[in-house]
Amino acid sequence: MLEIAVAPVTWARHTSSASRRKALLAGGLLALLVLLGLLAPLFAPYNPFAQPDILAGADGPSLSHPFGTDLFNRDILSRVIFGSRISLSVALLATLLSVTLGTAYGAISGYAGGVVDTVMMRLLDAFLAIPRLLLVLAIVAVWRTLPVSGLILVLGLTGWFMLSRIVRGQVLALKERDFVMSAEALGATKFRILWRHLLPNLVSPILVAAALGIGQVIALEAGLSYLGIGVQQPAASWGSIIRDGTERIGTLWWISVFPGLALVLTVMCFNILAEYTRERFAGQTDA
Amino acid sequence: MIRLILARVLQSIAVLFFVAAITFMLVHLAPGDPFTAAVDNPELSTAVRDRWRTAYGLDKPLPVQFVKYVASVARGDFGWSLSKHMPVSEVIAGAMPRTLTLMGSALILGFGLGALIGRVQVAHRGSVTDKSISGLSLLFYSMPDFWLALIVLLAFAYWIPILPAGGAADPLHEYFTRYGRFTDTLKHMVLPVSTLGLVLAATVARFHRSALIEALPSDFVRTARAKGLHERTVLRRHAERNALFPLISLLGLALPALFTGAVFVEKIFGWPGMGLVIVNAIGSRDYPLVMGTVIIASVLVAVGNLATDLLYMAADPRVRVA
Repeated sequence: MLEIAVAPVTWARHTSSASRRKALLAGGLLALLVLLGLLAPLFAPYNPFAQPDILAGADGPSLSHPFGTDLFNRDILSRVIFGSRISLSVALLATLLSVTLGTAYGAISGYAGGVVDTVMMRLLDAFLAIPRLLLVLAIVAVWRTLPVSGLILVLGLTGWFMLSRIVRGQVLALKERDFVMSAEALGATKFRILWRHLLPNLVSPILVAAALGIGQVIALEAGLSYLGIGVQQPAASWGSIIRDGTERIGTLWWISVFPGLALVLTVMCFNILAEYTRERFAGQTDA
Repeated sequence: MIRLILARVLQSIAVLFFVAAITFMLVHLAPGDPFTAAVDNPELSTAVRDRWRTAYGLDKPLPVQFVKYVASVARGDFGWSLSKHMPVSEVIAGAMPRTLTLMGSALILGFGLGALIGRVQVAHRGSVTDKSISGLSLLFYSMPDFWLALIVLLAFAYWIPILPAGGAADPLHEYFTRYGRFTDTLKHMVLPVSTLGLVLAATVARFHRSALIEALPSDFVRTARAKGLHERTVLRRHAERNALFPLISLLGLALPALFTGAVFVEKIFGWPGMGLVIVNAIGSRDYPLVMGTVIIASVLVAVGNLATDLLYMAADPRVRVA
């Protein structure tokens, strides 16, 4: 008890001003991107579905089309701006689902202990042994084409395994601590202890996992759409725009390169935020 | 020690049983079966469809089908591939060596290069070199494999056309001299292996750098410095040896990600391995082949994890005692 009292949580101690600046920049860029996606009709120079001159086909980058146009003469820049809506919302919703699932599963397994814990963890080992892409592919294969909501569900349902293992480990360590025992002694219900005493202490690993998870899901959704089994035409995510250019990557490189750059930049920003969160909370969890 | 290993092996087998169950359920939860969907001939009567269902055992209750499936998988029989017209096990046996070659080479490149980069960064920690390498490794770490594959393909097969754009061998491969065949295979491997290897190297470098830096404040490093050892010796002989353990655990964690990467890379470079098999199997709704590849890929991952744990036991006496 005494140790907890004399070890104040000082977040700033673990982060340098340089990494704070980097995180601020990443966060700012992401905010800008979300804004761009939300107000896409205002910022996009063209209608992303318009095919002004379909016979002209794909043109390289020019002043009127900075990212060029695709095979149907659609403006790539506008498609990338509109594509951010699908790419980002799929990733955010799927991650929200997987973070909720992972936290609940891990917390219950760790807090219950005993046989329940053993069975839940062996099942988790099995889920972790199947490469996530294959799990998703196997699901998508049998359901033919998925609507975007189905895609979110599949990505969310396959993304929580690692987090729940981390959460379980934290809960195992936390439940032996004095504050949990005193809550138990006071007669708090199991749910109350999980919700009010354990969960607040899990915020940092959850935030880190969420930031990393969003980056992974953006890339995974892009990969699925690239394989032609993610977001379906005419809707477009960054991945499906990349797919439009792969057949003739040697000549029409701009179709695949620019949406990919947007993708990499976004994933990078989320990774920077994850790294910053980890640094900032370092030392807090093992206090 | 032997009991520990045995327990670990049994655990892997239990995991694989769960994997088979999960895969089986996923495939059978879907509406319909191969004879409602795949055979789309409207002339086909219900009686004919039902006869095929009986022939393939699809009319039995799911638990019975599952037991039958697990029993035959345990004997190495994964069923018949509907699209390749040969046993699933043969399709996989043909493709697996190529995927293993790809993943093995990428593992060596990724861990070798990554550990080297991490070490160089820590030797010059805080310098401009360290920071710019950190930025670069973050960039590659954030890059999806399939996009990097497209970029290297664009750069080295089209813009600077020095390497072949795809496939595992030249069409005239058979007619080359032995040396020619060797260089031909090597040439076809460069782009896919570097794509996978670079992404892995970025992960390893970031991981190894922080593991080394974490080891620096420990007592044995202080002792080594107090003995007057050269900083390079302290890093390589004292800090790095202890930073090896997290690196070994990363090996196990990296396998599923590497396999995922291999699927995309094989698709883009037309590398005829398991990744290409599964992508095509999904395209043609070849369920037995899909299930077989998922299970075999999981076996690969499970075996890799088992090997990692055993390696860890061999390297760290503390685990052996515990």
